[in-house]
Amino acid sequence: MSRRDNRAGAGIRVDLQLIADMISPGARVLDIGCGEGTLLDHLNRSKQVDGRGIELSMAGVRAAVAQGLSVIQGDADTDLKDYPPGAFDYVVLSQTLQATREPRHVLEQMLRIGRHAIVSFPNFGHWRVRLSLLRHGRMPVTETLTYQWHDTPNIHLCTISDFHVLCAELGIVIERAISLNANGRPRYDASGRFANLLGEQAVFLLRRAGPKAD
Amino acid sequence: MTVNDPGTHLPGPRLHLGPEAPLRLDCGVDLSPVTIAYQTYGRLNADKSNAILICHALTGDQYIADPNPLTGKPGWWLQLVGPGRVFDTDRYFLICSNVLGGCMGTTGPSSTNPATGAPWGLTFPVITVGDMVRAQVRLIDHLGIDQLFCVIGGSMGGMQVLEWAAHYPHRVFSAIPIATAARHSAQNIAFGEVGRQAIISDPDWCQGDYLVQGRQPNAGLAVARMAAHITYLSEAALHRKFGRNLQGRSLTYGFDADFQVESYLRHQGSSFVERFDANSYLYITRAMDYFDLAADHGGALANAFRGTRVRFCIVSFSSDWLFPTCESRAVVQALNAVAANVSFVEVESDKGHDAFLLDEPEFHATLRGFLTGAAEHRGLPRGTGR
Repeated sequence: MSRRDNRAGAGIRVDLQLIADMISPGARVLDIGCGEGTLLDHLNRSKQVDGRGIELSMAGVRAAVAQGLSVIQGDADTDLKDYPPGAFDYVVLSQTLQATREPRHVLEQMLRIGRHAIVSFPNFGHWRVRLSLLRHGRMPVTETLTYQWHDTPNIHLCTISDFHVLCAELGIVIERAISLNANGRPRYDASGRFANLLGEQAVFLLRRAGPKAD
Repeated sequence: MTVNDPGTHLPGPRLHLGPEAPLRLDCGVDLSPVTIAYQTYGRLNADKSNAILICHALTGDQYIADPNPLTGKPGWWLQLVGPGRVFDTDRYFLICSNVLGGCMGTTGPSSTNPATGAPWGLTFPVITVGDMVRAQVRLIDHLGIDQLFCVIGGSMGGMQVLEWAAHYPHRVFSAIPIATAARHSAQNIAFGEVGRQAIISDPDWCQGDYLVQGRQPNAGLAVARMAAHITYLSEAALHRKFGRNLQGRSLTYGFDADFQVESYLRHQGSSFVERFDANSYLYITRAMDYFDLAADHGGALANAFRGTRVRFCIVSFSSDWLFPTCESRAVVQALNAVAANVSFVEVESDKGHDAFLLDEPEFHATLRGFLTGAAEHRGLPRGTGR
């Protein structure tokens, strides 16, 4: 699915910059749902990473490869199993988890093939979403959730609290959690008390449980 | 010794491997002497890091950007070669050699067997894609190149690319296998067999001895080409080009070429025999049938690429039913299993397998982007951009 285009000045979108800031230079990175490769291109230039991408739409893949990026056509739900364990330092899934058929499985695969996972998603627990449902009794359409219920690719929406629970169930360690406003500007610590009410989207840096990966 | 060989008169440089340097083939035979006919374009740079080896397909040849000396037609990848083009001759040094077993100057069944003074014919050893690549390795050695910047090819050329990457990974910086597969499918072996039987059934084939007998199995070779040519196209492309259009004004109620598509195929067949040797067709299609990269690596294709540092760009075409996208995807999966650096693009086209030889802007943009990115990683200076 495509990412919304909230850019910070001439640079990349603020939430992508936030993800980029979590990645160490020279790392091996897999960007799942990389679109035309905006984040990969940025990481290649700014951090000299060994970057790869998976994108569902062939148009996105073609645009990315034509820029010289290493991108394949593939599906987060089915194709992560092909990679060997620990193949990457960071596996990124930006604004796509809620569109996968089996988010739990995808998350497990990400942390099998990567030492870290970085996941961002729209927060269904935001007060605007809650208020919209309460007032109108209809499925919310907001700045971060722009689709009507019948044509949305977002089949597995969750709240920041839901995501915390899933990570706990899977024994995943949350290294950083940041909630953002609709424009992608960081606002709160997404592990904080009010993040689930006030954050419109969230970015999580995760690692497997057990000895610290870094 | 090889003065009477067909192909000897064709233009371009030759590498001769004498009795002191035989080519050890997969079948166990030491083949000698061996001549390799090739063409080059552009200039090899001082540290010999800018060479691209282009591997031709079944009936292709080394004249990628020159008029074909037998037909006078433009080179088969002419549109990609030249200053500022995808294969920028200001930046890259291009090499293309006629495959082992071919009939355009490289040793094949129509060459003279020095032991008998007669054409090899069916006494020529059965060759494999691995053998073709072995011959190319000798050529690259001869040119003093340690590592090719890129190996690229479509169809059988793509098989050679995969063979290079699997068996000589340290000599390949990047690889572009196009419209190809890591093994020949049962359907493709079946098509190959139809072609071979057409040749073998032609009385003028003379058990493969037609050159000595002064005959040519043109009818059989033409039918082989006609059958194969259908597999290079697609239903949509044939329909668009010919539909049910008639040659004349009405049906003849006979077996002449009533339909334009028949006439087109007949032309494909009759022009092919002017430039290709029937026994070469048998040997080269056999080599494709034998190709199975996974079988050479314990049945797991991923094993062929374990630890590879080669940068791959896999390309398929949506309407190609001879080497369908699923074959390319199998290669991608194997490369992912070893966390190789791989790009994979399926180009949207209704032109079938032959799309890799045609004007497909999206395909060309993919090649240009990948090559430019790889060149940056390799540290190749830009072309002068004339």
